[in-house]
Amino acid sequence: MNWLTDHKIPLGSWMELFVDWLTGNAAGFFDTIAISLEWLILNMVAIFQWFPVYVPIVMTAALAWLLHRSIGLVIFVVAALLLILNLGYWQEMLETFVLVLAATTLSVLLGLPIGVLAAHKPWVYTILRPILDLMQTIPTFVYLIPTLVLFGLGVVPGLISTIIFAIAAPIRLTYLGISKVPEELIEAGRAFGATPLKLLVKVELPAAMPNIMAGVTQCIMLSLSMVVIAALVGADGLGKPVVRALNTVNISQGFEAGLAIVLVAIILDRICKAPNAKEEA
Amino acid sequence: MSVAVSIKNLDVVFGKNVQPALSLLEQGKTRQEIIEATGQVVGVQNASIEVQRGEICVLMGLSGSGKSSLLRAVNGLNPISRGELLVQDGDQMVNMASCDANTLRHMRSKRVSMVFQKFALMPWLSVLDNVAFGLEMQGIGKDERRRQAMEKLEMVGLDEWSNKLPHELSGGMQQRVGLARAFAMDSDILLMDEPFSALDPLIRNQLQDELLELQRKLNKTIIFVSHDLDEALKIGTHIAIMESARIIQHGRPEDIVLNPCNEYVRNFVAHTNPLNVLKGRSLMTGLDQLERLDEMLVLNREENSWFNMNADGQLLSAHRQKQALQLHKWENSSSLNDLNEGTLVIASPDISMRQALEIRYQTGLPVLLQEASGLVGVLRDRDFYHALLGKHFDTASA
Ligand SMILES: Nc1ncnc2c1ncn2[C@@H]1O[C@H](COP(=O)(O)OP(=O)(O)OP(=O)(O)O)[C@@H](O)[C@H]1O
Ligand SMILES: [Mg+2]
Repeated sequence: MNWLTDHKIPLGSWMELFVDWLTGNAAGFFDTIAISLEWLILNMVAIFQWFPVYVPIVMTAALAWLLHRSIGLVIFVVAALLLILNLGYWQEMLETFVLVLAATTLSVLLGLPIGVLAAHKPWVYTILRPILDLMQTIPTFVYLIPTLVLFGLGVVPGLISTIIFAIAAPIRLTYLGISKVPEELIEAGRAFGATPLKLLVKVELPAAMPNIMAGVTQCIMLSLSMVVIAALVGADGLGKPVVRALNTVNISQGFEAGLAIVLVAIILDRICKAPNAKEEA
Repeated sequence: MSVAVSIKNLDVVFGKNVQPALSLLEQGKTRQEIIEATGQVVGVQNASIEVQRGEICVLMGLSGSGKSSLLRAVNGLNPISRGELLVQDGDQMVNMASCDANTLRHMRSKRVSMVFQKFALMPWLSVLDNVAFGLEMQGIGKDERRRQAMEKLEMVGLDEWSNKLPHELSGGMQQRVGLARAFAMDSDILLMDEPFSALDPLIRNQLQDELLELQRKLNKTIIFVSHDLDEALKIGTHIAIMESARIIQHGRPEDIVLNPCNEYVRNFVAHTNPLNVLKGRSLMTGLDQLERLDEMLVLNREENSWFNMNADGQLLSAHRQKQALQLHKWENSSSLNDLNEGTLVIASPDISMRQALEIRYQTGLPVLLQEASGLVGVLRDRDFYHALLGKHFDTASA
């Protein structure tokens, strides 16, 4: 037994060596990503801030109405946003929204093709499955450390960690949706002379759309659940006041910021889920 | 008539490496032996068949006999393991077994379209866009393809439903959309894999009639899979019977019913309704078997009815109880209402049994059958009874 404990396998050091090697050899690459993502996010926040506050409120309410046709939802959305404004978390709310938007967009842009590929090539999915499981089960703090090393403090490591955590949803659900497309629809597509690309765009993706949309909604929720952790590495947003409240044991600030996060979550959830729910009914 | 689809020695084997199965086939092994030896399923074995333009060829057989496998080889949905499958493309014939992906797509979008058993409509597209689906695959613009699709929807009588989604339509309507989608391609060849078997009998009958009506107008070449003999007899100009991956008999409906080639086919046709299949020619009593008195040929001795004809076999006159009978030449356009009791009808030997029986019912007289070369026979009550009692089938199988 002693032999076993004496000869520790240096797994941790290997990982460290690998990350060191990455920072040594690909620093330019990671810096470029970090700078461009940061630029993108800061500018998006700036754009939203440039509008008078009632513009985002009216736009969100209009979107809720268009998708859901429910007066109740519209009233809730407006009231919730006004409450956040009143509590003084407008700026943080915008930052969080942009972070979630960016994380979701990137996750879907990356995840959709990966999911499609996995559905078409069984071996890809065989390799992918354990990786996806790992990405979802490994504690977030563990990969927060290397992302911090690679991308430096700020919004970008928060964004990357969020993507690592959330991207499994669009990949899994795209995979599911595409593999579930009825064989007869694919055959109909082929029998009418569809090219492989047309088959994907005109048959497979539309048929898988309910699943893909469910994946997007899940991805949004998962991203939102990461705001506090993203704040730990320096991403701005509603997570920041929560972290600050935790450090100073400030009950009132913690409660208010937490409430704001919950409100944003409910708004996003209701607005995104509406079209799906209708299709299934 | 020209050949639309020509299949020669076609084998379809499912599986990755089909070579071992093919050589076993050559050694004359059966399908079952090949499954046991290689695990590969023989879908079609050594099929040869020609389908003429404008024909409706029905593939019949029990479940698993390989009908779908053969049909789906025609547009390349199933692999062609060996043999030749030529499909007409303008002035030339394209071999689907060896053509490249582009040719295959060209054939699928211009020459061969398909109607599916479970409709296979895109649930997210409106009825109109479903009909336009094939045109969209060809890259035709939205307005143009919708215009063409609308024409086809009118053809199947669903133009008022164009904005609905497929699930808002009944099964029969959905399959009409499937038909319109296939017609929209303006291809000469239609493949139909049990298109009506998911529908209830009433609607099925109605759609069969509609298909025949459309076929009269559009003159397509149709290959139609069915496991319902009555359907096959009703719509088929030719029927091919399949048994465990092979075509065992191919011919006109009446030939198959009257001369089944083996026990399998005989079982299939055993319960056919003769009214739907038999033609005057196979029912009639030949002139040489009629009783003659001088120049008179006797139609019915009890009624004292008879007729006479000249040396060329043309009818001169007919009498009953010494009274001359009114004569009527039966054409395709004739109507039963024009016939009175006591009118003697002269029809073509290709007249269907059903129609001949209706004439007999209306006129109370036998029906004379005449070809271009002259009179050939007569349909008397005894001939009808004989057929109705299934005795034709008995003698055929004896
Ligand atoms: N894609 C496939 N892969 C493997 N085997 C197949 C495939 N398609 C059909 N088969 C097999 O080929 C044989 C013939 O099937 P086919 O579908 O042609 O029969 P069918 O006459 O159309 O029957 P049914 O009336 O049930 O539709 C069956 O044993 C079937 O299991
Ligand atoms: Mg079949």
